[in-house]
Amino acid sequence: MKLRELAHSRTGDKGNTANISVIAYEAKDYAWLERHVTAEKVAAHFADLARGPVTRYALPKLGALNFVLAGALGGGVTRSLALDAHGKSLSSAILDLEIPDRPEVLGARGVAP
Amino acid sequence: MKTIRIGAGAGYAGDRIEPAVELVARGALDYLVFECLAERTIALAQQARKRDPAAGFDPLLVERLRAVLPECRVRRTRIITNMGAANPLAAAETTVRVARELGLAGLKIAVVMGDDVLAAIQTGEFTLEETGAPVSTLGDRIISANAYLGARPVVEALAGGADLVITGRVGDAALFLAPLVHEFGWRWDDWEMLGRGTAVGHLLECAGQVTGGYFADPGYKDMPDLSRLGFPLAEVGTDGNATITKVAGSGGRVTLATCKEQLLYEIHDPACYYQPDVVADFSAITLTADGPDRVRVQGGRGHPKTRRLKVSIGHFDSFVGEGQISYAGPGAVARGRLALEIVRQRLADTAVKLTESRFDLIGMNSLHGEQRSGDATPYEVRLRVAARTDTLAEAVRVGNEVETLYTNGPAGGGGVTKSAREIVAVASTYLAENLVTPTLHFLEA
Repeated sequence: MKLRELAHSRTGDKGNTANISVIAYEAKDYAWLERHVTAEKVAAHFADLARGPVTRYALPKLGALNFVLAGALGGGVTRSLALDAHGKSLSSAILDLEIPDRPEVLGARGVAP
Repeated sequence: MKTIRIGAGAGYAGDRIEPAVELVARGALDYLVFECLAERTIALAQQARKRDPAAGFDPLLVERLRAVLPECRVRRTRIITNMGAANPLAAAETTVRVARELGLAGLKIAVVMGDDVLAAIQTGEFTLEETGAPVSTLGDRIISANAYLGARPVVEALAGGADLVITGRVGDAALFLAPLVHEFGWRWDDWEMLGRGTAVGHLLECAGQVTGGYFADPGYKDMPDLSRLGFPLAEVGTDGNATITKVAGSGGRVTLATCKEQLLYEIHDPACYYQPDVVADFSAITLTADGPDRVRVQGGRGHPKTRRLKVSIGHFDSFVGEGQISYAGPGAVARGRLALEIVRQRLADTAVKLTESRFDLIGMNSLHGEQRSGDATPYEVRLRVAARTDTLAEAVRVGNEVETLYTNGPAGGGGVTKSAREIVAVASTYLAENLVTPTLHFLEA
């Protein structure tokens, strides 16, 4: 399933670093996200766009993860050649991430969880 | 428990005017804050000031203040804004004139200065955060250097009776923290309260981004009435916990989801959000729904401040030339790709020196690269070439080579736009806070 089915996201920028939040729509899905949306997976998803390391911060009380992508903004908002110099649209790219179907979804499809 | 009501009147320099008017009329605000300074704004304002000594502050200052000042005066709502940009004093003098024109004699205006640290960073030895190079390597390309001041001078302005406080660079959240410190008498080492006030400021500072703006995703995240989006206000208690809400009847929504997105916006480590007055800690914050369009924010924390202030250095960086042209219908992508190759070859053949370049097709790969579009064949694409050069003349050539596709390129290209501009970039360094001296002046209308 796509991450978009379980979570929403917003991107922020500071210099040449982007942060991308991943927020569970339902609190019960947070554990699934925490398990399957890892820093490694996000780094691989953005490998062609972000040069620097990816750091993940977990916020269980909010049911959210925060990913920090260093070197993701083409040298920084003020000098980037990119059409979207802020990287604001990166939040939409992360929601395209493929994650394993959570058990409830498998159940709905008639497959044993 | 005493409660203070703070509204956000703008989330950036160009933001809508009407939501602030609505907030003042119906939000029973004690304070209205306009946060209008992006990273690069002061450098651009400094250039404007060099051309005209009476300029260098926010060009929408007069329009915004005219829209809210009379009602704020009636309701005793005090205004705090960083619209002073590179020339807070001129902004205040202009405000005096506007206030008199509006018949608001006696309006007391405070001006916070001292954020301009250009002299200090040019004399000492400082390192650029981004590259690790000495600041001195920027040489005479430096335009401006401004430290992010904390809330203290704004608190002093409020204590001095200011109806309106105009600043240059102050930490965004500090503009909101200041009235809380003033009203509640929080100590400057009460890190927990300063952290909570910072969380409130952080949630409010982008205005509509916490009330449903920058949020809608039809079918997944629906949001009503965005054309008349309401701006937020916070009801803050003595304990620093708060309720984020907006006035009834305005567009948008305040929900757990909108508040979560905004709480994490532009945050790196949520436990260490560096501010001039405190290292705020959002990691233990809880958000709870408290009725329609009401979200409780509790449990913010703080750690001792670093005693060094971030400094934004605006500097001339390079030139960028850009050109765009569109192709549509069968074969649009192939013609767009052919056009890109032609421009690439032309720039090489005519020896235009590009230090960095992008050759994109909008609709295919301009935002997130090539691989995500896969085999999609959009009906139309827009070629975009953008390149960095050392001279303006070379930047102009980039757009020109796109424009000549009209008569020299593939069939059916239309809608050329082109530009060439000098890039003012921003770099950062840090200054010990004892080397920065905020100053305060009062004017009266």
